[in-house]
Amino acid sequence: MTDNINKNKSTLLKKEKRLALILLLPTILIVLSVVIFPLLANFWISFKPVTLGDLRPPKLILNERIKANISGNSQLIEVHYRYRNSSIKYDLKNVIIKDKIPSSFKIKNIQPSRFCKIVLKELICDLNKVSSKSSGKIILTLQKNDQWQKNLDNLKKTKPLVSFTSKNVLTSFDFSTENFKKVFSAAEFFEVLKVSFYYTIFGTAGALLVGLFAAQILQKSFMGRSLVRGLLLFPYVSPVIAVAFAWVILFDPFSGIINSMLVQMNVIEKPINFFGQKYADVIIFGYVFKFPLALSMVITFEIWRYFPLSFLFILARMQSFPEEVYDAAKIDGASPFQQFYYISLPFLIGIMSILFLLRFIWTFNKFDDIFLLTGGNAGTRTFTVNVYEQAFAISNLGAGAAVAVVIFIFLLSFSLLFMKYSKRETF
Amino acid sequence: MFWQYGLFYSIFSGCIWGVFWQIFFTVVGILTLGTPLNLELSQIMIIGPLAGIIFIKSQKFLSLKFHLFAIIAISFMIFTSHLGDPYQAKDENQLIIVLLIFFTSSFIWVSLNHSLYNLKPGKLSKHDIESFYIKFMWGIGLIVLILITLIPFYIMIMTSLKNQQSLILNPLDLSVNLNTDFKTLFNSYIELFTNFNFHLFLINSFIVSCTTVIITLFFSIPGAYALARLRIPNKKIFSAAVILIYLIPSIVLIIPLYTIFSYMGLRNSLFGLMLVYPATTIPVALYMLRGYFSALSSEIDDAALIDGLSRVQIILKIAIPLSKPAIVSVGLYVFMIAWNEFLIAFMFLDDPNIFTLSRGIMSLNSSEIPQQHLMAGAVIATIPVMVIFLYLEKFLISGLSAGGVKG
Repeated sequence: MTDNINKNKSTLLKKEKRLALILLLPTILIVLSVVIFPLLANFWISFKPVTLGDLRPPKLILNERIKANISGNSQLIEVHYRYRNSSIKYDLKNVIIKDKIPSSFKIKNIQPSRFCKIVLKELICDLNKVSSKSSGKIILTLQKNDQWQKNLDNLKKTKPLVSFTSKNVLTSFDFSTENFKKVFSAAEFFEVLKVSFYYTIFGTAGALLVGLFAAQILQKSFMGRSLVRGLLLFPYVSPVIAVAFAWVILFDPFSGIINSMLVQMNVIEKPINFFGQKYADVIIFGYVFKFPLALSMVITFEIWRYFPLSFLFILARMQSFPEEVYDAAKIDGASPFQQFYYISLPFLIGIMSILFLLRFIWTFNKFDDIFLLTGGNAGTRTFTVNVYEQAFAISNLGAGAAVAVVIFIFLLSFSLLFMKYSKRETF
Repeated sequence: MFWQYGLFYSIFSGCIWGVFWQIFFTVVGILTLGTPLNLELSQIMIIGPLAGIIFIKSQKFLSLKFHLFAIIAISFMIFTSHLGDPYQAKDENQLIIVLLIFFTSSFIWVSLNHSLYNLKPGKLSKHDIESFYIKFMWGIGLIVLILITLIPFYIMIMTSLKNQQSLILNPLDLSVNLNTDFKTLFNSYIELFTNFNFHLFLINSFIVSCTTVIITLFFSIPGAYALARLRIPNKKIFSAAVILIYLIPSIVLIIPLYTIFSYMGLRNSLFGLMLVYPATTIPVALYMLRGYFSALSSEIDDAALIDGLSRVQIILKIAIPLSKPAIVSVGLYVFMIAWNEFLIAFMFLDDPNIFTLSRGIMSLNSSEIPQQHLMAGAVIATIPVMVIFLYLEKFLISGLSAGGVKG
């Protein structure tokens, strides 16, 4: 009896497993093909000297031209085949050109004759190797025979066939660590590292603190609270491209409102290029400090755009908190600051640390905002912008992929940290 | 010490509120008049505290008449202290200047009313002092938060309604002349829809976003159900993998995606986007929906199983109807991600006929195209999200807070 139950149980379990697999299969497939496979491909590319130009594989370009009336003889025709290797880097191997010759012609001469032969009215040229950038010409001299008719036997009717093997850098098995050497040895590597961490730490912490502040304000009920709560989420829900350009125009040195306002009110003498100036000199007590202006602006944007998220999470957590605890504290004579410091803050610290870690990961991976605001110039180049810069601006895909690998390694270590922490806090 | 007295706080808050509203209304004046106004703060730094003292001393006999009297008195003080010409503006704007001063003083008075309410001028307890600080910070914080949130949107809308000459002539003039006809006012929008193919971009964005939502839900609902309900070996590892994949940013994938899709000829096509977007949103949706499904009581499922329903029927007839609001939230959130996506659209699309809005706006970012066109494009891209947001705020907020750590 129990045997039977166990057996039933195990078949049920098997069935369930199979069903689960079927239900999850589409997800697994699409994620494998669009996330996991590219991720592995990225590692592959990072070990290869690939440039943007290599995405067009090397080709043999062939032109066929016909010249009639050779040296005054109307019966003689010359066919010129010009070929060229399209690549400036890679040789083409096993190059074979084939072309059918209509039977109404007689072959007089082939030049160069050592590559080419005629097999069953077909020209076959085995060029073996066409090295990079090189080109050449095959001249076939034909004579019309008696079957020739003007319109029927056009030599151009049959297209010459070309076959070759070329080396594809992407699929070949040559690897080099050139890209990583380049990425790590560049003088800007530490600059990029520094900027990335500045941006991430200040952006994350700032958004979190402003979010905490906003949540404190919105916790108190007042008229129009839900309206204000909706308003404060605007920066987060609107498209990044719209708000980023609005900021750029707002702070534009020539036609921006902030600059002309500050000049009109005599706060500054001449307009400041907020997103294009790396350092601004700030004089405090006679000392001149170099203030990283563009970077700070980008961080400010980051805080502005993402504080709503922290605010939302913190507010949700605060509203789940029992009001009686505060009442009890009031009776015990706790002042408002004490209530915040000893009751609210310890209660929120869990969600805030989780939020910090998650937002840290996301801010570290942020690309769009910086790219749209400064294009990574003026001392705002983080790792993510560097990927784009290397891969598509300098068109060195390999180096870009190497930077992406560096990002992924950081991401992985942050995520492991996050998982370790989030186990303790139910999220 | 002096900071234990209510009088000090009335002076302090009078000073801060005075300076705050003076700056605010000077800026408002500049933007509505379009002429430079002088910002002079030294007078208000005396008048503000004075108003504070008046308020705290007269708290016992506050009445509507008194409020009106106080506001007029403050206005008068501002006016005379600047020798009758507070902003050094042209004479023809006299009416607006008077209005500005009136607004400045009434806002100062109302703010003082809020932050000094029930505060004694004499010695205060620690509790009273902290309550004052909290009230004061609450007021200033609320206004500043609303302002900094809205200013970029305000600039966006106002710039899009201007024309090129007035923008170059005077960047400060953000007033909109409502007497101008519809065509000149919305010139940039008309231009975008007639000459820049924005109607196509709008349609493309809708197609891509809606397809993404449909594919995502179609894939993730059964997946999430399986993760929430069925016994799967190594479930924990699988869930962790979902989170990890969800954290991978598209910038890490963009080079291989660009390469592979170029080879396959899928790069410059909407189909390519519709393949990539769901792959990035499915893990988020899976993560969110799994949470919702786990919260449903599993007894219903067991009862249904005993009644002879298959698991697929349970998903269709029980799980989906019961978690409709959750599915709407997830769908809206995914729609928002797809609609706002920039990087992949920017890298993939070259053909102007298949641009999405993000990509289309990027093509407006050149020195040859006037700024107001760019801002009009930004407004066009923002409006649909805002409409959805305002209509279905509750759903979107719950979507955001369930999975919104991404983005």
